[in-house]
Amino acid sequence: MKDTDVRQGTLALMVLKTLDVLGPLHGYGIARRIEQISGDLLTVNQGTLYPVLLKLEQEGSIASEWGASENNRKARFYRLTRQGRKQLQTEARSWEQTAAIIERFFAVKGEDVK
Amino acid sequence: MKAARRLFHRLTSWVTSARDEELLRAEFEEHIAMQTEENVRAGLSLIEARRQALLKFGSVEAIKESYRDQRRLPFIETVLSDTRHALRRMRRAPAFTAAVIVTLALGIGATTATFGVIDSILIRPLAYPQAEALVSVSHTVAGIPGIATAPCSPSMYFTYREENRIFEQFGVWSSRGASVTGVAEPEVSRALFVTYGALDAVGVKPLLGRWFSQTDDTPGSPETVMLTYGYWQRRFGGDTSIVGRTLTIDSRPRTVIGVMPEAFRFQRDPELILPQRFERNIQFLANFQYQGIARLKPGVTTEQANADVARLLGVWLNAWPPNPGMDRAVLQNARFAPKVQPLKQDVVGDISTALWVVMGTLGLLLLIACANVANLLLVRAESRQQELAIRSALGAGRGRIAREMLAESLTLGVLGGALGLGLAYAALRILVARGPDTLPRLNEIAIDPLVLSFAFGVSLLSGVLFGVIPIVKYAGPRIATALRGIGRTVSHDRERHRSRHVLVVVQVALALVLLIGSGLMIRTFQHLRSVPPGFTHPEEIQILHAMIPMAIAKEPERVMRMQHEILDKLAAIPGVTSVGFGSRAPLESFLVNANPIDAEDKTFAQDHMKPLRQIRRIAPGYFKTMGTRVVAGRDFTWTDLYDGRRVAIVSENLAREWWGDPGAALGKRIREIGPADPWREIVGVVENVYDDGVHVKPPEFAYWPALMDRYIWGGENGDAVVSGMFALRSNRAGTEGLLAEAQQAIWSVNGRQPVFLVTTLETLYDQSMARTSFTLVMLAIAGVMGLMLGIVGIYGVIAYVVSQRIREIGIRTALGAQPAGLLRMFVRHGLRLVGTGAALGLVAAAGLTRLMSSLLFGVTALDPVTYTSVSALLIAAGVLASYLPARRAIAVDPIQALRTD
Repeated sequence: MKDTDVRQGTLALMVLKTLDVLGPLHGYGIARRIEQISGDLLTVNQGTLYPVLLKLEQEGSIASEWGASENNRKARFYRLTRQGRKQLQTEARSWEQTAAIIERFFAVKGEDVK
Repeated sequence: MKAARRLFHRLTSWVTSARDEELLRAEFEEHIAMQTEENVRAGLSLIEARRQALLKFGSVEAIKESYRDQRRLPFIETVLSDTRHALRRMRRAPAFTAAVIVTLALGIGATTATFGVIDSILIRPLAYPQAEALVSVSHTVAGIPGIATAPCSPSMYFTYREENRIFEQFGVWSSRGASVTGVAEPEVSRALFVTYGALDAVGVKPLLGRWFSQTDDTPGSPETVMLTYGYWQRRFGGDTSIVGRTLTIDSRPRTVIGVMPEAFRFQRDPELILPQRFERNIQFLANFQYQGIARLKPGVTTEQANADVARLLGVWLNAWPPNPGMDRAVLQNARFAPKVQPLKQDVVGDISTALWVVMGTLGLLLLIACANVANLLLVRAESRQQELAIRSALGAGRGRIAREMLAESLTLGVLGGALGLGLAYAALRILVARGPDTLPRLNEIAIDPLVLSFAFGVSLLSGVLFGVIPIVKYAGPRIATALRGIGRTVSHDRERHRSRHVLVVVQVALALVLLIGSGLMIRTFQHLRSVPPGFTHPEEIQILHAMIPMAIAKEPERVMRMQHEILDKLAAIPGVTSVGFGSRAPLESFLVNANPIDAEDKTFAQDHMKPLRQIRRIAPGYFKTMGTRVVAGRDFTWTDLYDGRRVAIVSENLAREWWGDPGAALGKRIREIGPADPWREIVGVVENVYDDGVHVKPPEFAYWPALMDRYIWGGENGDAVVSGMFALRSNRAGTEGLLAEAQQAIWSVNGRQPVFLVTTLETLYDQSMARTSFTLVMLAIAGVMGLMLGIVGIYGVIAYVVSQRIREIGIRTALGAQPAGLLRMFVRHGLRLVGTGAALGLVAAAGLTRLMSSLLFGVTALDPVTYTSVSALLIAAGVLASYLPARRAIAVDPIQALRTD
């Protein structure tokens, strides 16, 4: 349960960042991009991306519309909304802070704490 | 914010779900197609490429599932699907479902309708702006025997108005009939007389024109009138040019200055509003006939208001002169004390106990109905027991099964409630259309959101109530016992019947409480009816009022002669056996005339108010027409009247109070009010008339002739009753025909003056018992329904027990058991249930009926006759209800019985 929550949270952040960098993209494109960036470090079923996309859309961070894919088939394209951009900024910042804190914790050696 | 947005999306997508599902499938398909292409490009065969793509995507169904969970509201969907299942199961058992829904609809409908009445009358504030600040102002007078409250006198009005510290607005009002002539048919309308301040206190702005101002109250200024909305619509078709026109009211022209809005309500439902004028310099202390109404200043409590009025009473008592011939000490010893109370209390009156008793009764009825439904559900759950056991063995959790069963009973509850709400709506419509005038705020009765939520709440509550019992019993893990039953039926243990037995006992107990309640009301009604009211065959007595205005006859004797002429013409109408004339009819309590009486041979303390006696002025024939017996002496004669003889008749109770015996009263002399009045000789004593209704003791009466040489402050050449009541005894009483002929007879003499307050004495008699008969009818309906439900409950249990024990009966019969013995066995079983229920019911009734003791007359709340006869009735019904199904047991063929299952 906890594991999924964390993963969903990070996954959402990755989706937002991907759309920020690449602009409007369909689900497959987002999945590929995340795979490419994270390499084998993050092996998830591509399908799990969709509930995350739905949640982000319901919250208003991304919007979607139907359009034609590269090989001219119907596909759903997701794009970042203004609110999504703002959310990305705040979450990225808080993520950096968290990461920094965690890093510092792990940097502390046993004898430093006395 | 985010959460709210999500909820909104979930709610909307719930509507579009079918299309969304399709789009989602397309999106997934596209995703997999792209991955497949990519894989093909990487060199895989098409089949392998697609397989890999699918693997990478993960389980489509699982993702869809989690997608769906997020997309919509899974909780609501479960509820809906449970409801759908419940509805489907109900469709499969239409008879059961109909029985349950109708039972519930009756119970919920009855309670909801009653609650609607209670809400409109007792709970909702009066229909005025800031109604909670409105109070009525009257007084208690502990020093005057026989009078509960005294309203205000004009002198009090001036003192209170000018010197109070707590009222924002204060005024007084009174109401009576006022004749309106010159517009279509002449008629007497209900007129409200208000001083400046009374309408201002109420705070309802006129729809057209203006309110009364202080100048309208000043004697000598132009006479004015306001119309209420209904009267304006009825008489003038809503013509807006009415303001400024002139109406002839009580033979005087008055200018219409305004119309009140439709929503305006006032006590006694006025049609016209007229200014009440007081000549300040001729006012004395006494003349208590005006109701005080006030709006409290913001933040002032009724306690503070009472304290201030107590102070004002002291000011008033010394600021004004006593009435001529009256000692100031009389009023001091009357012990006036303030009675300032919320206006609503005045409007609602004494109906609240009756309403709550009815509400409680119907609540009990609903409980019985729930017990009945619970019993039906138990039977159903029992027959489903094996199905439930199998499902539970296959892994359905206890919670899931319980949820399903609860969904079923809640659905039944809500359906029953919806039908019940329809019934309540119809019942309230009927009540508003033809309800008794004695019910206050009748036209405000409606179903409002509070009543709706009440109905909904009661439906859900009953659903839970009757749903929980089968759940507790059957949703649990009882696989072993239940599955064992699939084979040959084993004999039934007592434990299995326990909850059904408990339900029947509860039903019987509650039914007994209801029956005792209605039994007590029946006995009350019998007692009321058995009191000789002082008149006979009221259904034969037609009553109508008419007047001889000053314009037609000024001299009292001329007025009397015209009335005599009318009486002769009325007596000549075919079918009329006797006619009478008097200032008013018995039981017309809204036209009270009471004054203290002196007797020549008695001395009374000068500084105490003498008890009030009812005064009525009559012409010869009044007693004969009413059927009031002359106990001693004689009736008046026309010679008494025209010769101006100083004669009087008194009621038996007054004669006994003063002289011990009716015969001894003859020849004694009495007078009204004070020394200026002449003594009058008692020539007759008549039986007591229950003029305030038969449930209170009859008032003492003095009857004067309708034509007198003087009456209190009457003119030099005598006094006659100008506006009075004509009574006709005829078997045609109450018919249109008689009324038209009577009206013609009157009009031929008085020249088309309005005929008003048309009724029969029976109507007045019934109205005086309206509260009792209303409660009686409601309790009787509830009692009969309770009894029927109880009988059905007993019948059901015994029939079920018999059907379950068919094999046992077969064995017993085969072994030589006698039919009579078998019958006795089952009837005894039923009797045990009824007996236990009755015993519990008797205890409960003894406690609960005390709450209705203020509604009873002639019986106590523990009346042994009612208790024993009702118990006997219930037990007899119980025996019958067990005997019928038990007969089936003795018809059992042992061979057949042993062969079943």
